[in-house]
Formats: sequence, C-alpha cells, structure tokens
Amino acid sequence: MNSSVQPLLALDGVHTHIGPYHILHGVDLAVAKGGITMLLGRNGAGKTTTLRTVMGLWHASAGTIRFDGNDISEFATPDVARLDIAYVPENMGIFSDLTVRENLFLAARKGPLDAARLDWIFGFMPALKTFWLQRAGLLSGGQKQMLSIARAMVEPRRLLLVDEPSKGLAPAIIQNLIVAFGALRDEGVTILLVEQNFNFASKLGDTVAVMDNGRVVHAGTMAALVADPELQARLLGLSLDSHQ
Amino acid sequence: MLNNMLSRDLPRSKLLAAILLIIIVGLLATPFVFPGARSLNVGAKIAVFIVLAASYDLMLGYTGIVSFAHTMFFGIGAYGIGIASTQMGPTWTAVAAGTLAALILSTVLALGISLFSLRVRAIFFAMITLAVAAAFMTMASQFSDWTGGEDGLNFKVPELISPAFSLSDEKFLGANLDGKLIAYYMVVLISGGLFLLMLRIVNSPFGRVLMAIRDNDFRSEAIGYRNVTYRSLSSVLAAVFATLAGVLYALWLRYNGPGTTLSFDIMIDVLLIVVIGGMGTLYGAVVGSTLFNIAQGYLQDLLKLAQGNIDSLPVIGALFHPDRWLFWLGLLFVLSVYFFPFGIVGKLRAGALAKTRRSA
Repeated sequence: MNSSVQPLLALDGVHTHIGPYHILHGVDLAVAKGGITMLLGRNGAGKTTTLRTVMGLWHASAGTIRFDGNDISEFATPDVARLDIAYVPENMGIFSDLTVRENLFLAARKGPLDAARLDWIFGFMPALKTFWLQRAGLLSGGQKQMLSIARAMVEPRRLLLVDEPSKGLAPAIIQNLIVAFGALRDEGVTILLVEQNFNFASKLGDTVAVMDNGRVVHAGTMAALVADPELQARLLGLSLDSHQ
Repeated sequence: MLNNMLSRDLPRSKLLAAILLIIIVGLLATPFVFPGARSLNVGAKIAVFIVLAASYDLMLGYTGIVSFAHTMFFGIGAYGIGIASTQMGPTWTAVAAGTLAALILSTVLALGISLFSLRVRAIFFAMITLAVAAAFMTMASQFSDWTGGEDGLNFKVPELISPAFSLSDEKFLGANLDGKLIAYYMVVLISGGLFLLMLRIVNSPFGRVLMAIRDNDFRSEAIGYRNVTYRSLSSVLAAVFATLAGVLYALWLRYNGPGTTLSFDIMIDVLLIVVIGGMGTLYGAVVGSTLFNIAQGYLQDLLKLAQGNIDSLPVIGALFHPDRWLFWLGLLFVLSVYFFPFGIVGKLRAGALAKTRRSA
C-alpha cells in the first residue's frame, strides 16, 4: 500500500462504549480506495461494532473516523448514508411490510430505479425478480439477505459495509454472492466486509484486517495471509478450524 | 379512473369492496331513505369520524407513533369555526378565517411537539402529547369569554347551510330541501375528498418511507432518511386533517364544547375505531367509524326492540334492558379485538388473499 495515497476510510484510535461496556479499545483501520477489505476475527472481537460506529449507529467516545479526508465521527446516521456509504447489517433489516420493489425503490434515493441496473442485479439474484411484487416479509432467509444486499447495489455507492453476508446461506447462493461482490469491485465500489467464513473471505479479499479484543491486531494483504498457515492459526485460531 | 382515485390502493377483497360500496351509497342516500334529524346526525358523524380516524391512522398505523393529542387538533378546528362565527358573525369570511387560524395553530403546535419530543423515544412523545392535550383542555374551559367555558359555544353558520334556508317548500322523497340538507352533503362530500387525499398520501413514496420507518427505524436511517423529519411531517399532516374534521363537525353541529371535540372519551373512541377497523389501512377507518357510530346511535333502540319479546324471562330480560347498551357495546369491542386482531379490514384482506392462493 502506498502511504502517500489517502485511504477512503480511516479509523484512528476509535473507542466505542455501549452502555457500561467498553467494546472498541482504539481501532486503527485504513481502507484503501477500490478493492475489498476483509475484517476478520472471532466472535465478540468488535467487528460489527466497528461497522456500526462508522455508520453513526453508535458514536465513538474517542478517536476519529475520516471518510475521504473528512471527519465524520459526529455525523448522524442519515448524513453518513448520504455520503454514499451503504450498510448491509447482519440481521438483514429489510422492510417486511413493503414489497421487494418498494424496498429497492426506497433505497434508490437519487432517482427512479434504473431498469438496466435492476437486470444486472437480477442476474445474481433471480429470486428478487420472481417475487418482485410480493411482501418482503414472505421471502426466505436467503432471499431476504439477497434483498438486503441488492438494496445496497441499486445505486452506485462509494463505500459498502457488509456484515457477515454468508451467514446461514446455502453454498450455491454464497457462490452468487462472490460473483456479485466481485462485480461491484470492478465497478469501483470499495467494500469492507466482516466475515467469519475464511474460505469465503480468502476468495474475495484483496486486503485483510484481523480484530481481537476491540483492536486491529493484524493488517496486510489477503495473499500473504493465505500463504502463511502459521499466521492464520495464530490470528484466527478456533474460528478458522470451525469454519473450514 | 377509479383506480386512480383510490391511488391504486384497492380494497383487495370483494366483501370489503361491497361493504365500502354499501357505506358510500348509504351515506349519500340517508337523507331520502331514512329522513329525520337523528339519522342525518349519525350519517354526518360517521363522515367526520372517518376523516378523524383516518388521520389518526396516518400516525398510529402508518408511522407507528402513539399520540394522545389528536382530539386537541379536532377541537382546535371546531373552536376555530365557533370562535370566528361568534366574533365575526355567520359569514363565509368567518368560516375561512376560523379555518385558516385553526390550521396555522395546529401546524405550529404539531410541529413544536414533534421537534421537541420525536427525537427521543416514542413513549416520551406519547407523554408530551398527553400533557399538552390536558393543558389545552383546561385552557379551553378557562378562557370562557372566548370559548364559552364548559357550556361551549352555540353559534350561527352561513345562511346557505343553516336550517332556516329553504330551497323549496315542497318535500322531495320525504326530505326537507333545506340548508341542513346542503350542510349534510357538504360534510359528506368534503370528508370523502379528504379521505381520498389521505389515501394518495399513504400510497406515495413519502407514505412508503413512513411504513419503512415503522417496520425498521434504524434501517431507514442507514439508507439515508431522516426519521425525525418524516415522523414530524406525518404528525403535522395528521393534525391538519384532524383540524379540518373539526371544522366540518362544528359547521354541522352549530355548537362546540369541550365534551364534543376535546374530551379524552373521544380520543378513546378514535383509538377504538382505528383498532377495530384495522390499523395501517385507511379503509379500516371507514368501516370502523360506520360500525362504531351506528352501534352508539342505535344499539339502545335495538335492545328496546329485543326486550319487547323477551321481557318475561328473568335474567335475560334484565340483560337486554335498554339501559345495558354500554355493556353490549363493550362486549362487541372485546369480541372484535379477539377475533380480528388486525381489524376487520385486515381480516377481510387476509381471507381474500388465502382464497386466491388456494385457487392458484
């Protein structure tokens, strides 16, 4: 990584408290423009909290968060979203009383839905086309996950934050996801992806950051981590074994 | 054209469509089919309460906000007409001025309450509305020089819609062709127009954002919608429609007092109408308002009829005594909430959906 190039997203010594709990203990993380960065780590390491803090759903108690050079630490959630940062939460968070169409319609804030772009999305997620006018609450778990990701794809974004997209999905659908995220990267979207499934992560990631106990304990290229089983074992330990 | 008028939000159930049609035809035909002051009163009240309940549903059902100040806005509309008419005389200018002043006051109050309390938890908003509504009720009875205090205001309305005005000395189908008839149709038609306008609002992209906020408020923020702005707009719109309902009600009754528009009893009635009809469907307000007002207006008569036949039976005779009508009304509500947890409209739509599924 060239240090003279400004990262798109930079967290500098970020601490986050949730109620009485101190979750993030000074997270330093730089996400370069373009490419897919994987955020790995065991359960409770602070990965989801990191994403939520960037979105302004929790506010950092110390440290700064910069997006494209601007300090966004104090931004309210809608203002973060309006910087073209899309967030796909782990619990899908779709609007279950609205139809699939209306879910995507609300996500397209800049204008009407673009037919060509929709066709492109349907290519990865044919189920959305089938259930276009159905209530989203009637979709299966995997289809809801697809809808949640599609909502982040419906307009070109600058940064995409994705929390464990592969969780609970069938292998064939995970393959579709790998293709979809690859296509987004080719479009120039920067992606920060939280993942527990190392197989999935190693196929997609360009760079990787590993968290433990509320800190980033390792950052580097994915290729280097894949080539070094010893480092994998030390950093990921149990979570690696249980997911392979 | 019908599709367009209903903003493409069709009843989606044949039975519901039939019921709505009966209600509309019934309201329009009431003066000729059931002549008499009492049936006209019930009809006009149904129309006004459709607007009032639908505007409450805009907040409760579509946005998920609980407010106890809705009758305050209803009262502001009615007092606007009452005060303007007593101070300025029975002219259309007074009606316009009263309506305008009421709308401005309602908008400012609704906006103030929203911005002050919708940033925090929903329960806080409910408490604030309760406090403001209680304060407003006290003020209305204290400023008796203007409001008539607890006695309320009797006032005259413009000649065209006052009972003294006569189109013709002849009766038509048993109905007097007088100002009261004109007033009735004015209330019913304007109420219908306001209802269609609300239907348009909830089916617009704005309405869909409200539903998204109700479904999952943190997701709608993460997509970039400012929840406070949308929630505030929803509560202001609801207040505006409630105010207009109050205006119509005052013009119809030519009277307004705290017990008629401001009291918490009416707030509870509105809540019941929305819940029985079906939250989150404006059609629920139509069905609920009709059922509720007919039950309130005629249950006692029905019991009188029934009692004539079972007078001799000891316990049952006492149960069906006309004085027990409130008991039966209460039972009706408990049963309808038990059997239709999503309201009558929710039940009918679910039934229609299951039918199409089976045949597909």
